[in-house]
Amino acid sequence: MEFGFTFSNTLAAILTIGIISFLWRDNPLYKLCEALFVGVSAGYWFVSLYYQNLLPQLFDKLGLTLIITPHADVKEGALQVLFKQGRFDERILYIFAGILGIMMLMRLFPNLGWVSRWPLAFIVGTTSGLYFTTYFQSNAMAQLKSTIIPLNSINNIVIVVGTVCGLIYFYFSKEHKGVLGGAAKVGTWFLMVTFGASFGYTVMSRMSLLIGRIDFIFSTWLGLVK
Amino acid sequence: MFEKLLRIDRRIIFLFVLIALIVPLFLNISQHIAISPEVRDIYDSLRKLQPGSRVLLAFDYDPPSAPELQPMAVAVMKYCFKHNLKVIIMGLWPQGPLQANLAIESIKRDKEFKDNPPIYDKDYVNLGYMTGNELVIQGMGTDIQRTFPRDYLGNPTSSLSVMKGITNFSNIDFIFNLSAGYPGTVEWVLFAVDRFHAKLSAGNTAVQAPQVYPYVHSGQLSGLAGGLKGAAELEKLLGFYGKGTKFMLSQSFAHIVVIFFIIVGNVAYFATRGKKKK
Repeated sequence: MEFGFTFSNTLAAILTIGIISFLWRDNPLYKLCEALFVGVSAGYWFVSLYYQNLLPQLFDKLGLTLIITPHADVKEGALQVLFKQGRFDERILYIFAGILGIMMLMRLFPNLGWVSRWPLAFIVGTTSGLYFTTYFQSNAMAQLKSTIIPLNSINNIVIVVGTVCGLIYFYFSKEHKGVLGGAAKVGTWFLMVTFGASFGYTVMSRMSLLIGRIDFIFSTWLGLVK
Repeated sequence: MFEKLLRIDRRIIFLFVLIALIVPLFLNISQHIAISPEVRDIYDSLRKLQPGSRVLLAFDYDPPSAPELQPMAVAVMKYCFKHNLKVIIMGLWPQGPLQANLAIESIKRDKEFKDNPPIYDKDYVNLGYMTGNELVIQGMGTDIQRTFPRDYLGNPTSSLSVMKGITNFSNIDFIFNLSAGYPGTVEWVLFAVDRFHAKLSAGNTAVQAPQVYPYVHSGQLSGLAGGLKGAAELEKLLGFYGKGTKFMLSQSFAHIVVIFFIIVGNVAYFATRGKKKK
């Protein structure tokens, strides 16, 4: 086990160094690590999607698993309940999801590509319906409500001025001149500060990831840092 | 000289950043960590929980985001176990619940928990990953045990003692979401908080934090820990010093180097711009 642990850590360290080596210049080790990453990711996601989505959510629920492998350690699916016990099982509705999934795969055939538009339309429709009220409630009304505040502190003034000026910047029905132009300019400054903060956070995040890998190399792999 | 500075090889900057990241790992210096009100809100929410309260930990991240989020996960879990809060783990990302297992393994190795390690189905349960993104949260709002019929070990959820009496979010006292993107904190706010009135705090990667901050101000989110700094703050407040605190020194050194080069670059730019005009 000790050998396995050391071997896997050594492999992970070499791959980490290989990927980071791109900072110096493009090189064969980086190319190898990149190709490995793409290949392993594709394989991992294929297996993961099958075992965590298709198998439990579709095949098990419909009862296809038991039809293909009768001794599998899974509960009876909707088909077994329907044909053996003669009862309706609501899980049979998953058959429509399966059909929509197969229709989506028709994109692979140029002549039948149009069929995939139907499941796409279903996804777009249901997602729009799901998010329509939720977004309006959470991202519009709740945020609007949180900007209607008394101007009794610097924080509150900054929030109100920033929101109003930011909105004015995106108001294009009137030329940005005079008071409107001045407010739009202030809005631009607020937007710049927002982008700056976002950029700062992004730098912080990327540094953290690098620290994580460096810690792995010096602590877990080499054991130099406790 | 300024022209030379403007033409500086980017690899020299990378080298400086790398040195700034590596050297502090070997130093034994403690850094002052100031506590932000957003992280204090998380601590206050946790402190109000009575022993036996149910805490849902949603692990919505994968190994690439672990340096930022894993320290938060470990610190919150340690607090929960120490104060006898029942932890329910789940994930909307396939690798999320596995990260939770890694956190629990590290807690079991900790000296503080060696005599009293967290026990499965007594102190915590892991419901595993469930496909469906925000629809999973929507389903949990109605019936958690129906959304997660089995835990990640294959046990029926209804047979788990930690899950006794839990139907939906109204039986969960506190939710802490660790998020690195979609699906994550935004979806939890949209569905669990605004639709089912759950109490939610979050730990986010630094990249995602600016997107989530407005929810804190509006009161939809009860506290937010952003990035490694948030992790270090959380560790300090909860009293469990870990990798968040350890990595902060490297982070600060690297930031100093980045700021230094930004200043140098700007000075060089403005100095040479004047010469070019002449």
